[in-house]
Amino acid sequence: MSFLQIRNLDKSFGATRILKDINLEIAEGGFLVLVGPSGCGKSTLLNCIAGLEPITSGDISIGGRSVAGLHPSKRDIAMVFQSYALYPNMTVAGNIAFGMEIRGVPKAERDKAIREVADMLQIGHLLDRKPSQLSGGQRQRVAMGRALVRDPQVFLFDEPLSNLDAKLRVDMRTEIKRLHQRMKTTIVYVTHDQIEAMTLATKIAVLKDGVLQQFGSPAEIYNNPTNMFVADFMGSPAMNLLSGTIERDVEGVKVSLARAHGEPLKLAISEPNGLAAHAGREVVFGIRPEALTDPDGADRNARSIVEGDCLIEVVEPAGSDTFAVTRLGGKEVTARLRADARIQAGQPARLAFNLDKAVFFDPQTQARIA
Amino acid sequence: MSAAAQDIATRNAVIARAIIYAVLILFAVYYLLPLYVMLANSLKPLDEIRQGNMLALPQEWTIAPWLSAWSTAQIGVQPTGLKPYFLNSVLMVVPAVAISTILGALNGYVLTKWRFRGDNIVFGLMLLSCFIPFQIVLIPSARILGLLGLAGTVPGLVLIHAVYGLGFTTLFFRNYYEAFPNELVRAAQIDGATFFQIFRRILLPSSGPIIVVTVIWQFTNIWNDFLFGSSFSSVDSIPITVALNNLVNSSTGVKEYNVHFAGAILAALPTLIVYIVSGRYFVRGLMAGAVKG
Repeated sequence: MSFLQIRNLDKSFGATRILKDINLEIAEGGFLVLVGPSGCGKSTLLNCIAGLEPITSGDISIGGRSVAGLHPSKRDIAMVFQSYALYPNMTVAGNIAFGMEIRGVPKAERDKAIREVADMLQIGHLLDRKPSQLSGGQRQRVAMGRALVRDPQVFLFDEPLSNLDAKLRVDMRTEIKRLHQRMKTTIVYVTHDQIEAMTLATKIAVLKDGVLQQFGSPAEIYNNPTNMFVADFMGSPAMNLLSGTIERDVEGVKVSLARAHGEPLKLAISEPNGLAAHAGREVVFGIRPEALTDPDGADRNARSIVEGDCLIEVVEPAGSDTFAVTRLGGKEVTARLRADARIQAGQPARLAFNLDKAVFFDPQTQARIA
Repeated sequence: MSAAAQDIATRNAVIARAIIYAVLILFAVYYLLPLYVMLANSLKPLDEIRQGNMLALPQEWTIAPWLSAWSTAQIGVQPTGLKPYFLNSVLMVVPAVAISTILGALNGYVLTKWRFRGDNIVFGLMLLSCFIPFQIVLIPSARILGLLGLAGTVPGLVLIHAVYGLGFTTLFFRNYYEAFPNELVRAAQIDGATFFQIFRRILLPSSGPIIVVTVIWQFTNIWNDFLFGSSFSSVDSIPITVALNNLVNSSTGVKEYNVHFAGAILAALPTLIVYIVSGRYFVRGLMAGAVKG
């Protein structure tokens, strides 16, 4: 049963279509992350849900009730803004209580609600301060407090962590996830950071140029991207996308990848699915760095692992892993090896390709083939 | 660098500083001299001025010229002093400044936070009013004041000044609010605040510097105005600038220079006080957006 539902939503500014036929839904208590590069329309979509931007056509419903024509304050939502948007002239307590004050909640009740939220977020000692006297992380907490105190049906987060430094961002991310597990309130969260999307979401919607590219669970998005954009956007380091050719002979179907020196590398595909139809044609072969590793580090549960020799150009030890850059199909390819894998730049090394995880795209349409 | 060279460098810096201060003091004296002349001569009996030494301090100090300028000097045909006209000016300036500032703030709020189709054209037209010379609007204004039955009254002057100031106050507030984060307005909308609640609770409390700028600007302009005052006032609504002119240009009797000086200072006093009290906010406010970009 979907709780927040967006149907055939279109949004135009003048003649420019910002959002094109968006369809999304999320169950009650779900965590929907809207992710995409800047300018993809994700913040506009959030503002449409909030009611801060009117929609051109389509419908948005929350809890089975259409909210498309309702004022933001009547939608039973609360929003955390990228800049936190704390009222600079009010204290922290005043900021948290402002909405209740406007709604005419009695003072005693307001104070009680402020105390509860302040305890939950550990900002009790900050209540009398002005926003200008707070650090970035504290402002973030106050902004969340202001949203939490409303106890809404849906929380909306607009890139809430993008103004924090790297370490604090990771801490707050965990905190938001913990908060969600405790409150079990539906959340819609906008970010351009795919790691935030993966770690927080129960459902991810990937947007580009106002078009929904893919909508699914984090695992679906990560393992089964529907097109090259999603494959490239999600994951860090990014998925290797290299051009190869499908060949079919008596032994079966193979993908042939050009190497810098010597013969092309040919990888036999044990479960070719739809690939046989593309025999003789050029395809884009996609493999994530962690699916391309040293033979000892390869996933023992994988059904089809193919090994091949590649010339290593650069070795980047990252502590927990070692990244090796080689060249296949005319492109740089990153492999993720165990930290103590014995490889050297300029030397060939044997790499294991986990073809369970490999994906194939049409180079023209960029859509997934297999 | 050797010690000797360093000594020379230090000495040169001292000399440069001395020159800078000398020039600054010279200019300060130059600008303060007129005020000194006015002040010194307003405190002398008329005889001392007639002796011809304008720069000398009074030999015999007296506040009689001030008292005369305030309450007994001949203004036109009435021996009333400047007092009633000073009052006229206050009654004109205070409402005119208040109305134009409040409306300017509302205009700025709407033009930046409640954008509508063609808002820039509306703003452009309002800006245009800043560049229209006073003289052009005299006759239409007179006609409108006549139609409204406000000709020759203080409320008529208030209306003219408030309307004429609106272009400037709107410009000031629009530019200030342009830099005010939209997200705050959106947050307040989600919190359920209405149009006026957002204005009063969120924007106004952050508008201190620009309110000061606008008030100083409007106060100075309206207080010092002569043209509208002389065109649209009648005997009992004459503002102080026009009264001062009438005082100085009275053609009967001797020219009481000491009284004229005292009257001129009286007329300039309110703007001077406004500047001294809130001048430092003026610069700060101008920096904060009024003249930015």
